[in-house]
Amino acid sequence: MGAGHSAGGISAAYVAGDSPVHRLEPHTKLVAVVAFALVVVTTPVQAASAPVAYAGFLALVLGVAAVAGVRAARLARSLLVELPFVFFALLLPVVSGGPRVQVLGLSLSEHGLWTGGGLLAKATLSVLAATVLAATTEPRALLRGLQRLHLPQVLVQILMFMVRYADVVLGELRRMRVARESRGFRPRHVGALRVLGPAAGSLFIRSYERGERVHLAMLSRGFTGRLPTGPPPVVGARSWATALTLPLAAAVVLGTSSLLL
Amino acid sequence: MHVPDGFLDTTTSLSTAAVAAVGVAAALRGARHELDERTAPLAGLTAAFVFAVQMMNFPVLYGTSGHLIGGALTAVLVGPWTAVLCMTVVLMVQGLLFADGGLTALGTNVTLMGLVAVAVGYGVFRALVAVLPRTRAGLLASAGVGAFLSVPTAAMVFVGLFSLGAVADVPLGTVATYMGGVHLLIGLGEAAITVAVLGAVLAVRPDLVRGARHLQAAVALAPRAHPAPAVPTGSDAR
Repeated sequence: MGAGHSAGGISAAYVAGDSPVHRLEPHTKLVAVVAFALVVVTTPVQAASAPVAYAGFLALVLGVAAVAGVRAARLARSLLVELPFVFFALLLPVVSGGPRVQVLGLSLSEHGLWTGGGLLAKATLSVLAATVLAATTEPRALLRGLQRLHLPQVLVQILMFMVRYADVVLGELRRMRVARESRGFRPRHVGALRVLGPAAGSLFIRSYERGERVHLAMLSRGFTGRLPTGPPPVVGARSWATALTLPLAAAVVLGTSSLLL
Repeated sequence: MHVPDGFLDTTTSLSTAAVAAVGVAAALRGARHELDERTAPLAGLTAAFVFAVQMMNFPVLYGTSGHLIGGALTAVLVGPWTAVLCMTVVLMVQGLLFADGGLTALGTNVTLMGLVAVAVGYGVFRALVAVLPRTRAGLLASAGVGAFLSVPTAAMVFVGLFSLGAVADVPLGTVATYMGGVHLLIGLGEAAITVAVLGAVLAVRPDLVRGARHLQAAVALAPRAHPAPAVPTGSDAR
């Protein structure tokens, strides 16, 4: 449920730029962001040092975002995807057991407060890191990165076709909506399914037929089942070290905060 | 319903990632039987369709709207293996480009919305198709029930994972009731949208619905009752 995903489509995720973060090889960035998320996830929720660690992680991510020139508004907007799980996290202090504390006249579980807060903090930090990755890496470069990380060839190809045509299909969807609404259609109740169902159905037929046409066009241009790519650029220890600064710093933050407190 | 990072512990995330990897590997082999060498473009475009249709808001009950998740619908349209690939690809793009669903939770999300939802949706669909009358209405009812059940089942599997992979002391019953209740409603919306979309495709291009192959009878070539009109010539031709 909810309002769906980003309204701008695939191409809206990337923000062109020439920062050091933009220039990193995509697969090193992917590894770095996943490693950072792993460090964040492994932070023990119940430890007294957890809030300090979260603050440290937040400073790190915001630092990288500043270097990459990702705007604050973009970061804030990306947090909207969390909303369904915010309700879930808010429920935890109410339903959890254990000792209870009074907050604003509500009797809340102390354990649940730590858990819910920890979940929200972790989810937020990971969303911020993933947003920096998406904003500084072109979708196609991201897929090349996945290919270098040995994702199966067929899966990479499916991803390439999806990323290439998602905006085309979204454009068709938008034109259908404009056509419906310019004829006075307003979706108000379940009866609207009689109009929207066929719209989605014809979107499927158009997409599938486009897939068939694309395949024939590729065959006529000599497609053999592999998409030609140039030799992958050599990535030295230096660029790996630059990319892995983020997860390593996060690990240091986690280590120091648990030692000090 | 995308699980973000941090909701499940590292062990559970890694275990579900292993399950997802095995499932996707099996789907990569299985999809070859469904789409032969056209797998990449057709699955890619179907995934683009799923991605787009998830952004379409359908009014479900007065004042609320929902969007399709699409596991069961895609399985009936293009076959279960291809559906698993499409859902996986959609979840990857949402996680990588829109931070929707955590990167360490990608395995969990693929397991829930790719494997579980498609397996339950398609399994129930096939079981009902075998029992119900072999008509268009029977097919749509089967797909609707499959789509309805796929959503709460995936939610219950999430609750199970949450009980395994999260901190203890959260009363499981309450979480299960909350998640189950919410997802029963979402499942109703999913069923309504699935039936509406599937009915529309069946009306126009029944040959594209893989799950409806048993409804198609081979049409034998038959002589026309009346001779065909004369072929237009000269100025008639356009």
